[in-house]
Amino acid sequence: MDWGFVLTQTMTQAVGVTAIIYILAAIGLNVQFGYAGLLNFGQVAFVAAGSYAVGVIVLTFDLSLWLAIVVAVVVATILALLLGIPTLRLRADYLAIVTIAASELFRLTVRSIAFKDVLGGAQGLNGKLGQQFHDTNPLPADFQSLPVLSWTRQDLWVVIVGWILIAAFTLLVWLLVRSPWGRVVKGIREDEDAVVSLGKNAFVYKLQALILGGIIAAFGGIVWAVAKQSVQPDTFQPDFTFFAYTILLLGGAARVFGPIVGGIIFWFLLAGTGEFLGQAIQAGWIDFLQPTDVGNIRFVLMGSGLIALMVFRPQGIFGDRKELALDAR
Amino acid sequence: MTVSDGTCLRIRFRPGGALTSRARGTAGALVLAVLAALGFALLSSAPAHAADTVLVGSFTAPDGTPVEGVSVTVSNADGFSETVTSDANGDFSAALPSGGTYQIDLDVSTLPDGIALTKPEDESRSLLVLGGEKRILTKLVEGEGGGGGGGGFINVTGDQFLQLLFDGLLFGVMIALAALGLNLVFGTTGLTNFSHGDLVTLGAFTALLLNLSGVNIIIAAPIAVVFCAIVFGWGQNKVLWRPLRRRKTGLIAMMIISIGLAIVLRYSVALFFGAAPQTYKQYAGQAGINLGPVTATPKALILAALAVITLTAVVIWVQRSRIGKATRAVSDNPALASATGIDVEKVIAVVWIVAAGLAAFAGVYLGMTQNSVWNMGQRILLIIFASVILGGLGTVYGAIVGALVVGVFINLTSLVIPTEMKTVGALFVMILILMIRPQGLLGRRERVG
Repeated sequence: MDWGFVLTQTMTQAVGVTAIIYILAAIGLNVQFGYAGLLNFGQVAFVAAGSYAVGVIVLTFDLSLWLAIVVAVVVATILALLLGIPTLRLRADYLAIVTIAASELFRLTVRSIAFKDVLGGAQGLNGKLGQQFHDTNPLPADFQSLPVLSWTRQDLWVVIVGWILIAAFTLLVWLLVRSPWGRVVKGIREDEDAVVSLGKNAFVYKLQALILGGIIAAFGGIVWAVAKQSVQPDTFQPDFTFFAYTILLLGGAARVFGPIVGGIIFWFLLAGTGEFLGQAIQAGWIDFLQPTDVGNIRFVLMGSGLIALMVFRPQGIFGDRKELALDAR
Repeated sequence: MTVSDGTCLRIRFRPGGALTSRARGTAGALVLAVLAALGFALLSSAPAHAADTVLVGSFTAPDGTPVEGVSVTVSNADGFSETVTSDANGDFSAALPSGGTYQIDLDVSTLPDGIALTKPEDESRSLLVLGGEKRILTKLVEGEGGGGGGGGFINVTGDQFLQLLFDGLLFGVMIALAALGLNLVFGTTGLTNFSHGDLVTLGAFTALLLNLSGVNIIIAAPIAVVFCAIVFGWGQNKVLWRPLRRRKTGLIAMMIISIGLAIVLRYSVALFFGAAPQTYKQYAGQAGINLGPVTATPKALILAALAVITLTAVVIWVQRSRIGKATRAVSDNPALASATGIDVEKVIAVVWIVAAGLAAFAGVYLGMTQNSVWNMGQRILLIIFASVILGGLGTVYGAIVGALVVGVFINLTSLVIPTEMKTVGALFVMILILMIRPQGLLGRRERVG
């Protein structure tokens, strides 16, 4: 058994492209759920919107990737308005059901054969989606690999820009929650009636939080499309949102660094168990499992982890129980 | 984030003793409506899904009937080759070892007489599968040897309309079983249980496990329902939810726990039973019988009859029995119910048993009329949610009426929108209902915002 390989792969995935996508989605959720208290279970729709904006603009209409980023932001905003205006007045459990339904509605619509010409149907959009981005790669052409983290030249450039995005959005969130806006939003989370009685329009603040979180998630979708050069409708299942929630709750909701810490730990554990089990099966240590079982076991462990987390430490690893005691409401 | 502030919708019956004539009338009308629905039968067929890397597709004749027995061979350059045939629903699925390029060959000679491919090139194609579920589309037309235009508007005949209505009612009865359980649990504990769909899956697979070990499905099904009611209902409440209530865990935290549980259950089933859809050994392929303008398989008719009887029994139980009345009291006001001497925890335990039993029945229903897949419960969960929201979250009649309406609606919308998008209509209506009448059709007007 190659321990070095297991460790290398695990480290690479813990801070890799997929982790970045999920962390961006979780930062968005942190604004919506952690700070504003909106139980948005449809975050994956915003990620899908970002990915599809890139796919459609670059591949279907053959326009610039930079335009696609603008379009992604616009689409995410429109989606947040469409989703938010009818639903934000609803109670948390209704909001959860409606948003998860909306995300499925989005997925089923974009994969539909009716829009196949533009959106690619069930096959999605596959092609040189991120070429314009990869052309800007400043890394030397003969780049091989970093010492421990095994990325290709192309992936490393995505990872660098991805982490810059994460840093920028984290800084933005950090600044926002310390602003008057952040205080009002947190106030809404704690006691909406109290905030309303102070003359604040809670609905508008909630809508703003939904839009901001949605745009951040859409950037996750952009990274996805650019890195994988492919947009597939069926990758945008509700489970994506649940994993993003797990990341957020693991790190600690309503903590600026919660999504980052949670994301790295989540992917370290998920990738680690996957790689370890895969290697152990290959080495013949475990003979009652097939290599194809590894994926399922990872998810069983992940679900168990989420249950244990919510039962024993609902504030997450770094969360402050006083700030967001999930079990107090 | 206020959920537990006492404004939750609860099961809406008049609390306490005597039923008013109005309530009795509603019950009677409902039973009649459901029994009337019974004249009709059979589920709509949804294409098969699966975990890991899998190729799925389905064959439907131009007249809408599924085409059974079409042979498809999937192979790749590494020597992998598997031949699968479409089942009674026209679905086929082939588990693939990994992503990659596959050659898909269709044995045209296995197509029924008078049916051919719309696009002759579909007979043999090469496809890049990236992982996960890959769906291939094969359009069929009438004629020999392929060609032909096909397409155009569907000419709906009265019979087709009736058949869709009928299928919708049968699908709705199955959804009602699951939705009623979800609503009972919501009414008494306030929990929006995202793992309820997976209780449906567990029911189907418990029966499958017994069936595979040699028990006839007719015997295996009731055993599975009872087993699930006790282990996954009573047991689940005892081990997980009751301790959480004692710790005063919040409803949002419980909702997230139910999501974690759903993930655990779903992937455990995938782990133990594999990704491919499975059918029970008996009655898998059954010829439909004609009932005037509509057709249905005998198994679907019998299952629907049993489901209607079960639903009626549960409704009467909630209205008439001592524990049923206690259930309504707990739904209305747990603290007050407790003060009047009702053992709230006992009521909740009974509700969990009933809910899990109903879900297991829905699972067996779905497993017998379609097939058992690891994510079958997840696939109908949103339809269940749409039903309960349409009818009124937490209401007993609402769950049943909502489920029947949604079942029919889903099937009828396939007349105007592509079949693959039929769930879209139901979800859209659910969002619409929440905007216009958030308490649902039968819910009492209350603050839900």
